[in-house]
Amino acid sequence: MMPPEPRSDGSAPTPPQLGLRESATFDRLAIHQIQRAARTGIYDIRGGGAKRRVPHFDDLLLLGASVSRYPLEGYRERCGTEVVLGTRFAKRPLELDIPVTIAGMSFGALSANAKEALGRGATASGTSTTTGDGGMTPEERLSSKTLVYQLLPSRYGMNPDDLRRADAIEIVVGQGAKPGGGGMLLGQKISDRVAQMRDLPRRIDQRSACRHPDWTGPDDLEIKIEELREITDWEKPIFVKIGASRTYYDVALAAKAGADVVVLDGMQGGTAATQDVFIEHVGIPLLAAIPQAVAALEELELHRTVQLVVSGGIRSGADVAKALALGADAVSVGTAALIALGDNAPELDAEYARIGSAAGYYDDWHEGLDPAGILTQDADLAARLDPVLGGRRLANYLRTVVLETQTLARACGKSHVHNLEPEDLVALTIEAAAMARVPLAGTNWIPGRNDL
Amino acid sequence: MSTANPTTRAEQVDLELQTLRECNASLHAAAGDPAAARSWRVLNPGGRHSIAAGIDAQLEVEIEGHVGYYCAGMNQHAAVRVRGNCGVGVAENIMSGSVVVEGNASQSAAATGRGGLVVVRGDAAARCAISLKGADVVVRGSIGHMGAFMAQRGRLVVCGDAGDALGDSLYEARLYVRGSVAGLGADCVEKELRDEHVIELRALLERAGIVDVDATSFRRYGSERRLYAFDVDDAIASASTPR
Repeated sequence: MMPPEPRSDGSAPTPPQLGLRESATFDRLAIHQIQRAARTGIYDIRGGGAKRRVPHFDDLLLLGASVSRYPLEGYRERCGTEVVLGTRFAKRPLELDIPVTIAGMSFGALSANAKEALGRGATASGTSTTTGDGGMTPEERLSSKTLVYQLLPSRYGMNPDDLRRADAIEIVVGQGAKPGGGGMLLGQKISDRVAQMRDLPRRIDQRSACRHPDWTGPDDLEIKIEELREITDWEKPIFVKIGASRTYYDVALAAKAGADVVVLDGMQGGTAATQDVFIEHVGIPLLAAIPQAVAALEELELHRTVQLVVSGGIRSGADVAKALALGADAVSVGTAALIALGDNAPELDAEYARIGSAAGYYDDWHEGLDPAGILTQDADLAARLDPVLGGRRLANYLRTVVLETQTLARACGKSHVHNLEPEDLVALTIEAAAMARVPLAGTNWIPGRNDL
Repeated sequence: MSTANPTTRAEQVDLELQTLRECNASLHAAAGDPAAARSWRVLNPGGRHSIAAGIDAQLEVEIEGHVGYYCAGMNQHAAVRVRGNCGVGVAENIMSGSVVVEGNASQSAAATGRGGLVVVRGDAAARCAISLKGADVVVRGSIGHMGAFMAQRGRLVVCGDAGDALGDSLYEARLYVRGSVAGLGADCVEKELRDEHVIELRALLERAGIVDVDATSFRRYGSERRLYAFDVDDAIASASTPR
């Protein structure tokens, strides 16, 4: 037998040349995870959302116009993108120019510069940003024209002045990366300022509560929403954010409890830090969740009365168009916004290598060593991100996404992106057809709904 | 809207005649109106929720009866007194001022309170002072289970007994209990009651208007701080085999 050839860099030969067979069950990642567990005695913690492949918007296609439908001219005919959130009860609904908002990300997880950049980019694009599990910073309020203030189980920094300063209030019940779990911010990122804002000792490994301290079930939530409305004199829209799991019931109960807006986050949605096992194994994909949410709202005759904002894996205008076609009123982006700011930039590859990662893979956000200066509380690293330039990059990204969304909507003959509908969609796989409740391409078959 | 009471010169809101919205709107409007009455009485509360929530002014508010959830929620500066029992979350996230409950309080009393004083003359149910962030809470009677769960800052004084899992996952809040404790939560331990703590207790009891309880008769509980950092082994670094 010929000796295996070494790789061009002189390292050990790759397994196929030895005729070795990698186990599908105990693959290299599984082996590494067992070895890592044996070495440290603690679960792996990381940022981001589910990395496994799940049915997603890539498994759907839009049906462009032809003889049976006619399209709109790409650059000439109007295709509206504005969206109003909070029309149900609030005196002052949010009026946004585009159906893409910035998801909640905390000061603490993100540097103050990164939060400012998000505010600048969103404001330039006519959309909103959202606080996070760490309170509202003055920089954020200043830079973001439209700011959604989160009320989370931890209640870090919660105060009525910020409630009144906010443009909307988002009661966070859960998030897609970890439905049923609380936040996490490890000691490396609990700087003096973060500790002070959260009333915590400096440098501790913070594990936030997973349940709200003063309400539990949907009946309590209804009373909690009323309290927040009373405190803010019924001015602010009240959002309820849930992680996608038992979506049909959760959305119905949130709407029944009096939410103006339901924010639905699928399992691909990012987190600043949580257990890898949680991210990969709890919750359902956004694709499977949106039709459940829409069905719940339609049954209550509240679809479009209670607006639906969806997040978790939104990258492009194609994702936006498909999410809206399934019945969402708007989407939120988190991970994509961080990438737009400069996260995982290839120019930083050498620096990622120094901290044991690589551009395109970096997810150890909890360690606070982000070379892009975004997911850090280190003053030197944070100074690398120019909030003005970051804001411009985010605005460019959002402009591109909206142009893409309009392009697809016009191709389907829609004069407003909200006119996209499930009828405009088909699925490439049986799984996606079943989850999205649209037919498999080339057929009339919606698995679980009708016969082949 | 509200009517002046000539004997006490307090503004009155009768919740049998006016809506909760009208009541709270009047109390909120007083914040920006120096000519508004500083003294208010709320009649016939009837167990309604969110009464006097979100006040941001140095008002005196007396509520004549039982209230529902979130009474005086997020209070700033006002002195609120409830002449009755309270539902869930009385004075939740209180920022400053004081809230006194003359009866009993349901669960999550003073939850996440960040400043000011909350006094319960009767008993408080489960999760009293949960996630406390700087407020002071004094209970003349006993409290239920999970008191001061994840409490971060501030002080909880219980003149009676405490239920199970007191101070579970506690941070830097200080807990004083005079009676029995059914059980301590994770990372909560008894600590020595030193002179400075007795002085602190006396001041708290005095502020709460409790004169018949001896400050030296309490026991002190706090965090053992074992949960502050993840317990990460490094089996490789301590072994002789190479990584």
